[in-house]
Amino acid sequence: MTYVPTALRSIAFAGFTIISAIAAPKSFDLKDPKGVNAIQFKLDSILEPIVGTANNITGAVSFDPAAIPATSGKVTVAASSIVVPNAKMNEHLLSAAWVDAATHPEISFAFTALSDVKSVGPNKWTASANGQFSLKGVTKDISVPVTLSYLSGQYGSRLGKPEMGGDLLVVRGEFSIARGDYGIKPGEKEENVAPVIQLTFALVGGAPKS
Amino acid sequence: MNETSSVTPSVSGGTIAAWRILLRGAGVLLVLFVFCFWAAKGYNRGWSQNRVPVKHLDPVTEIEFTTYEKRFVPGVDYLVGGSLIGAMLFSATFLGNRRLKIG
Repeated sequence: MTYVPTALRSIAFAGFTIISAIAAPKSFDLKDPKGVNAIQFKLDSILEPIVGTANNITGAVSFDPAAIPATSGKVTVAASSIVVPNAKMNEHLLSAAWVDAATHPEISFAFTALSDVKSVGPNKWTASANGQFSLKGVTKDISVPVTLSYLSGQYGSRLGKPEMGGDLLVVRGEFSIARGDYGIKPGEKEENVAPVIQLTFALVGGAPKS
Repeated sequence: MNETSSVTPSVSGGTIAAWRILLRGAGVLLVLFVFCFWAAKGYNRGWSQNRVPVKHLDPVTEIEFTTYEKRFVPGVDYLVGGSLIGAMLFSATFLGNRRLKIG
């Protein structure tokens, strides 16, 4: 039987504890204190594309830089935060015929894992987030190509308090949905407003130092 | 008697002519105003905007985000709508009987 000195065992245990603590997934809160998180949408239309944003975003992403495929999370967007530059058009978009923000106040995307993970730089990965997208009460499975950037130790610096420490996770992506699939005027007015909605997002999640 | 009947319609005819001139002037001025306002606000060839998107960049995350500035930017709908109203005012003066029978 091999003899392991007590001191060495203590060091090994401490090391294991530290590694476990570092490797444990962190929860990155998507409620950004600086309010930069937004989802942009674009629909081709007559005269010019309809472009707008929705910026009331909540949710969290569980992320571990040592286990990227295990990343999971949920992003929720308040439908009432949809804004386009034209006020009348905004009313139409929020109405029952379009997004129906009164009856379905949340648009969400929940994913449980990432696939096709590739490292594209230091602390930067591309992957596909496979999950369920819900809009206007309809939920469908979709795959969203995402880029993840892990900014270690930047949480406090971004808020002007470097002593706070903490990390940031930036998630970017772009995908399209067919509005008809989600009960938004299926097959109607396609000559005026495109049947496909292009969605682009850039979200930052913060994990303060615990 | 003949003198009286010839004077009254001529006053009425002059009043109608003045309204025609006023309406035409208003129509032309409206079209000019609408065009100049649209042009001065940036020749927006899209829809009118009640708020204008302004892009910002977060230096740490390099996320580009949008805020909205509350101001009105007239678009093609404003230009076409205003011009149509001006044209209607102008063309309304050609409706009805323009010639007055005197006497």
